[in-house]
Amino acid sequence: MAGTRQLFGLAWRESRTARRRLLLYMSSISLGVAALVAIDSFSENVIRSVHEQSRALLGGDVMVHRNAPSTKTVDSLRDSLAARGMPSTTAINFTSMALVPRTGGTRLVQVHAIARGYPFYGNITTEPAPAWSELQNGHNIAVDPSLLVSLDAQIGDSVALGNAKFLIVGSLKSVPGDVGISAAIGPRVYIPEKYVGETGLVVFGSRAEYEVLFRLPTTVAPDFFIARFQKRLLQNTTGNVRAAGYNESRLASAIDQLHDYLAVVGLVALLLGGIGVASGVHAFAMRKIDPVAILRCLGASSWQVLAIYTVQAAVMGLIGAAAGVALGIGIQFLMPRALQDFLPVDVEVRLAPSAILLGLGVGVWVALLFSMRPLVALRRVSPLQALRRQPDSEALRRARWDPLRLTLDFAIAVSVLELGLSRANTVQRGIGFTAAIAGAIGILWMSAAGLSWLARRALRPSWSFPLRQGIASLYRPGNQTRAVVLALGFGVFLMGTLYQVQHNILRGLDLRLGQARANVVFFDVQQSQQPGIDSMIRAGHHELIEQTPIVPMRLSAINGRLVTDILAEVDRQRAAAPQAGRGGPNGGRRNRGMLRREFRSTYRDSLTESEQVVAGKWFSATRGDTLGEVSLDTSAAGEMGVKLGDTLTWNVQGVMVPTVVTSLREVKWQSFTPNFFAVFNTKSLVKAPKQFAILVRAADPTAIAHLQRDVVAKYPSVSSLDLTLVQQTVTNVLGKVTMAVRFLALISLALGVPVLFSAVAATRRERLREGVLLKTLGATRRQITRIMLAEYALLGTLGALTGVVLSTLAGWALMHWIFRSPFVPAFGPVGIVALAMISLAVAIGLLTGRDVFAETPMAALRES
Amino acid sequence: MLVTRELSKEYRSGENRLAVLRDVSFSIPQGAFVAIVGPSGSGKTTLLGLMAGLDTPSHGQVLLDNADLTAMDEDQRAKLRGQKVGFVFQSFQLISTLTAIENVQVPLELRGESGAADRARELLGRVGLADRLDHFPTQLSGGEQQRVAIARAFANAPRILFADEPTGNLDSETGARIVQLLEELNRESKTTIILVTHDHTLASRAQRIIRLSDGRVVSDTETERAA
Repeated sequence: MAGTRQLFGLAWRESRTARRRLLLYMSSISLGVAALVAIDSFSENVIRSVHEQSRALLGGDVMVHRNAPSTKTVDSLRDSLAARGMPSTTAINFTSMALVPRTGGTRLVQVHAIARGYPFYGNITTEPAPAWSELQNGHNIAVDPSLLVSLDAQIGDSVALGNAKFLIVGSLKSVPGDVGISAAIGPRVYIPEKYVGETGLVVFGSRAEYEVLFRLPTTVAPDFFIARFQKRLLQNTTGNVRAAGYNESRLASAIDQLHDYLAVVGLVALLLGGIGVASGVHAFAMRKIDPVAILRCLGASSWQVLAIYTVQAAVMGLIGAAAGVALGIGIQFLMPRALQDFLPVDVEVRLAPSAILLGLGVGVWVALLFSMRPLVALRRVSPLQALRRQPDSEALRRARWDPLRLTLDFAIAVSVLELGLSRANTVQRGIGFTAAIAGAIGILWMSAAGLSWLARRALRPSWSFPLRQGIASLYRPGNQTRAVVLALGFGVFLMGTLYQVQHNILRGLDLRLGQARANVVFFDVQQSQQPGIDSMIRAGHHELIEQTPIVPMRLSAINGRLVTDILAEVDRQRAAAPQAGRGGPNGGRRNRGMLRREFRSTYRDSLTESEQVVAGKWFSATRGDTLGEVSLDTSAAGEMGVKLGDTLTWNVQGVMVPTVVTSLREVKWQSFTPNFFAVFNTKSLVKAPKQFAILVRAADPTAIAHLQRDVVAKYPSVSSLDLTLVQQTVTNVLGKVTMAVRFLALISLALGVPVLFSAVAATRRERLREGVLLKTLGATRRQITRIMLAEYALLGTLGALTGVVLSTLAGWALMHWIFRSPFVPAFGPVGIVALAMISLAVAIGLLTGRDVFAETPMAALRES
Repeated sequence: MLVTRELSKEYRSGENRLAVLRDVSFSIPQGAFVAIVGPSGSGKTTLLGLMAGLDTPSHGQVLLDNADLTAMDEDQRAKLRGQKVGFVFQSFQLISTLTAIENVQVPLELRGESGAADRARELLGRVGLADRLDHFPTQLSGGEQQRVAIARAFANAPRILFADEPTGNLDSETGARIVQLLEELNRESKTTIILVTHDHTLASRAQRIIRLSDGRVVSDTETERAA
């Protein structure tokens, strides 16, 4: 028997004229491999960068977040820790209106009032560079560049924050952990902490976060430090203490989610490529019937034949996968640039060998499995073919129960499931993903079979010859109906699903933006300030849309049991079973954060448009007892472990307010109106001290700016937000998301083309022979073109229509189960995709028709 | 060398059965040069396919060098072909992607023999193609392609060679040279040659002529060359 070297040699020589074609088929998997490599490498790079920059992201080794100012005990603890080599620095973060007196411009800003030495790690850089070091030397402020643009200010201008004025000494160039997009709504500004008092903005009851950053020597583990000092550092307040690794794990899980989503897209691309490979190699196998018959005459065994062509496919698959790897590496260098606005770290791109090897391995494996499936039929080519030629489809006829083919089918199914499981992270999702793919392929397969069936029965002798020929091609032996419908339908399905989901998400946001009648909102309005602002709004002839009272409070007891006791029990449960997740209202586990948080609640007697009662009854005016009534957001109630009829006691600035839960609401949190976890009936809270959020509609941007400026000038502690700016920001973000989705769709389209070419190639030879024979018998170019047109237009239409239906189903499923939003089919954009694919199919058909005329009858007839 | 016993071949088409060969029996000794002749559709090519183990009969037996082909599976027959059988076809059947020398190497490489290139070079030299070694089939004339096919057929020193209308696609002068080449190789290497043709002039070069008609042997005669 031939040695391995000789078989390889024979395989290599025999592939001589087919290499380019085989490589074209194998290129179907290149894009899938590229997607996998790019996505895996990128996520590895981001996670590594986050790890490397985790201390810079936090600014120190440990960060304490307090919701109240430091106490004497905390201060003395800090002093003693500093003496033991663990220095600390502080910052106070709050929002405020910034006013530039020279231009009169106002804008809501995130103020970071920092002490000297802040932060310990990571560099905040400014333009000009010395501005950061000069910040602490006076009433200086470093601002986000977007603030300079929006307020028409420049370095050297003064900015008023509350009652204090600061000199702009520089603009911020980079802040570790800052996500570019976040500056769009509330630009950051940095001032020295020592001047916070002068602003008058941080007083008792103000919303401010107090940070303490610690730098630890290498001998002190952050976790040990936290365990030892957490309680004392959080004395008299709520908040949390985090080590640098916290941000890392939080970001890592966010990146993992993004990675999972993209990986599924990559995997689908790879599988679509696999189908392309199978179709292409099927065409390749048909061209190899003659050489195989000769080899069989010359004594080649079936396994030798299979080995020769498998080696060829494997080598070309390796080259195709390697090309994909190269492309993937190229893309991963572009990804950080495309996503820089959304990334919290500077991503240093390095080659990720594990991602590259995995991409290459998976690519070759998929190429090999999908190409072997058509190749196994070559084993059954009879040597008799060398004496008497049969049609290709006859020569490659399959045995009904070919154990090798069945093994390959099983291996393909297992591989898809394994890839799905490894990519989708959870078994359930992996199985769901595999089932969805199998379902889509099954439906496409059945619709193709249905078309063949229908074509056979619907054909009428009265139809024109080209139409009859074209339709007959759909069911004749060796037809390409299944391959083309599958390739084309799958492409439309993928792209259509992307568009349907994108359209529905964007439509939802547009709807919410459009529904927001107000275009400026004032918040932190004290009770005493409300009449003054109210009269300013009326004097300016602005429309007052809504004044919402807001009462800060904490939960004190549930059904008479103190929250502190419940929290202690939650802690005990966690210690006993740390892996269990959050629970529902009945018997599930409670969420600590929800029980400890400060609730900013309101009272009213009617529901708003953004909420609906899903359990219980809305407040009744006739209630006899003295208990107040409260309506909870349904998911918040779940996290609190509360159900209808439970009694909740609230601590409203020292006064205990008992209430009964009379209804649960589902709240659309994304709407641009004030929404609340807890809404009380008016009687319960009307007498409580409160603040207001005031929603106003002003005529135009100038009127908005004037109103904001006048309010800030008179009431510096009142913040306001120009909702048109928010809308612009959201529109910008959506624009970027749209771009990303279009990019993905484009990749799917790019994928569809080689797959479609491969599918058509599978039967191209038969089509050519038939076409040339018809030409020899006197068919005109016009007739042959029309035959091809009829066949490919029908194939394209069916594939595209099935794809549209599947994408609509998938879009509905994704919106319903993943995004939990209503679904409206987007037939417009999907129709365009479908038309594009039909045109592509017709173009390929016409190209085949052109080739019929390029071929001389003699050449084709001699070949047959 | 080659024995056929009551060989029959039927094709089924739905309910109908079409008998292409009926009860064909004969034996051919080692070193013989036999022509099988008959009109188109008489079953010549079918018989050749069965004798060479390219196909299986509906009934009967084929013994090639005492090995029962009808009791073997396809891979066993392929192995036997690789060791003992050579072919020359009307349409040459060279592998179009391989050069002349590579085509001749194939049977040797399939058997895992070393020195395949030297042997192929020598064989091509013997058929007069020493200067056409690296040409692809499309770069060769019909006669040259058939000579490459003959060189390939003799590459594994076959005990028997089947030639199916070997001159059918050639002009008469080239055809005559090809037959002469086959005769020389038959004489030198004692290879049994079974020639299938409908050309009586060509058949008359054989030592024995088996005539088929309607799937039956209608005559089996020795020619004057038999002596």
